[in-house]
Amino acid sequence: MLRLITLLSLFVAPAYAEEVIADLSQSRISITTDFDGSEILIFGAIKRDGPIDDDAPLQVLVTVEGPNEPITVRRKEKRFGIWINVDAVEIDAAPSFYAIATTAPWDQMITDVEDLRHHVSTPRAIRSVGANIRGSADFTDALIRIRNADDLYQTNIGEVQFDQQTLFSTSVRLPANLHEGDYRARFFLTRRGRVVDTFETKIDVQKVGLERFFFRLSREKPLVYGLMSLAIAISAGWLASAAFRIFRA
Amino acid sequence: MQLQHLGVEDPAPTGVRDAMNVYLPIAEVSVNAFLLLGLGGMVGVLSGMFGVGGGFLMTPLLFFIGIPPAVAVATEANQIVASSFSGVLAHLKRRTVDLKMGTVLLIGGLIGAAFGVQIFNTLRAMGQVDLLVKLSYVVFLGIIGSLMFVESLNAIRKTRSGSPAKRRKKRGLVHKLPFKMRFNTSGLYISAIPPLIVGVFVGILAAIMGVGGGFIMVPAMIYILGMPTKVVVGTSLFQIIFVTGFTTLLHATTNFTVDIVLAVLLLVGGVIGAQIGTRLGAKLKAEQLRILLALMVLLVCGKLAFDLLVQPSELYSLGSNGGH
Repeated sequence: MLRLITLLSLFVAPAYAEEVIADLSQSRISITTDFDGSEILIFGAIKRDGPIDDDAPLQVLVTVEGPNEPITVRRKEKRFGIWINVDAVEIDAAPSFYAIATTAPWDQMITDVEDLRHHVSTPRAIRSVGANIRGSADFTDALIRIRNADDLYQTNIGEVQFDQQTLFSTSVRLPANLHEGDYRARFFLTRRGRVVDTFETKIDVQKVGLERFFFRLSREKPLVYGLMSLAIAISAGWLASAAFRIFRA
Repeated sequence: MQLQHLGVEDPAPTGVRDAMNVYLPIAEVSVNAFLLLGLGGMVGVLSGMFGVGGGFLMTPLLFFIGIPPAVAVATEANQIVASSFSGVLAHLKRRTVDLKMGTVLLIGGLIGAAFGVQIFNTLRAMGQVDLLVKLSYVVFLGIIGSLMFVESLNAIRKTRSGSPAKRRKKRGLVHKLPFKMRFNTSGLYISAIPPLIVGVFVGILAAIMGVGGGFIMVPAMIYILGMPTKVVVGTSLFQIIFVTGFTTLLHATTNFTVDIVLAVLLLVGGVIGAQIGTRLGAKLKAEQLRILLALMVLLVCGKLAFDLLVQPSELYSLGSNGGH
């Protein structure tokens, strides 16, 4: 089926190639102590050999994706008069952050087949292979809903500015509760819902300075970290006590 | 074109809020620094006044501002060490710490804490840790709060009616059990088993609820062990710093959930608050102090019970499944 479409598209598409070239305002996000979110400007252009094909406009779709991690979604129900977690679905891999920006409404952007192939839409970006429990779609929906509310998942329809079918730009707001890791920005150039070209680039999101030191120490040498935390706490307690005594005397 | 786009998307300047926010490295959330300092200070005053770690108030408050429960519980243990340390120094100076009783309570506490962290980790993997924590709060705060409230009211009524509030020397279980020890500072000659059990119990609570356990240890010392009110606060603080210190290490090494930046911010406010609280506590009458604490305990209990009974707006919740 896919092969057939690819074959057909070879006939339909113009003979000349169209390529997407893009860059980001920053390829590195540093999480410092005063980190309160960040905004990445994304811009690019379409490189083409021939004239612009006017009957079907090109569309640009940009996704920014955080590192994938397994997650458990739990559902509450009223039992014995109180609301408690009754069942859970384990999702194999869900991006910790996922933003989509498009040039047009979703139905004009990409076909379901292409979406399935490239994992573009948010539900497709979440992989829940093992989750075959009845109603597990509700759990995936809940995951998307909760992360949407936290700005961790964003769908920004029509937020990509596209000039003369050539230059495009958008911006993605990264919230303050960001997790570190390798983020990737993907660019899809589509025509009539079919992907014409793709491009991918990396964003390095990392804790720096003291943040990094504490985080690494807590994972690599937890006992040292724990003892250090206690030492800091106790000495601060003693110092404040001593300072208060001097202050009163 | 980009500028125009940006202008449309981000109309509200957020400069003032941004400057005060601090990113917590372990919790991985950004929180207002002054909010944390203020919470620490407020809880610190209570800590010094009542001889409770204040964790019973702080842990739910941390949940409320969006700190992950596991991080809140573990970090709170660390913060309690600091806020109690300055308090215990003040009490040691005033010789209101029964070191021998404190040590017996501590041995029990360490055993309890180790056991409590095990329970915590098991239930965390099962996704029931929030429920465990909240139910524990409702049950313990409800019982302790009501008991203290009734007791304090009776005590106040007695002093008002003119009859002397004489402390009865009860010869209960604490005198009948074996392994009797003499506790000179408290003026007691009782079995070591009840304080040991109290210690174990408090240790479990410290690990599960992210509390020092003062709110249960103080009444237990007064009503079960029969210790004089004067040494109760100092002795409980003495036990608390070691048990919460041990709990901190256990959480840091098994869950990686101790957030030092969060702890430092809370304790900066906390240590100063504790000093003020200790002095306030020395000026107020014991009954007034207890009725105030009882009311506060009941308030937190009521709020938590309400949250469990009312249908939450979001029935689904997310949890990492790193536990298995």
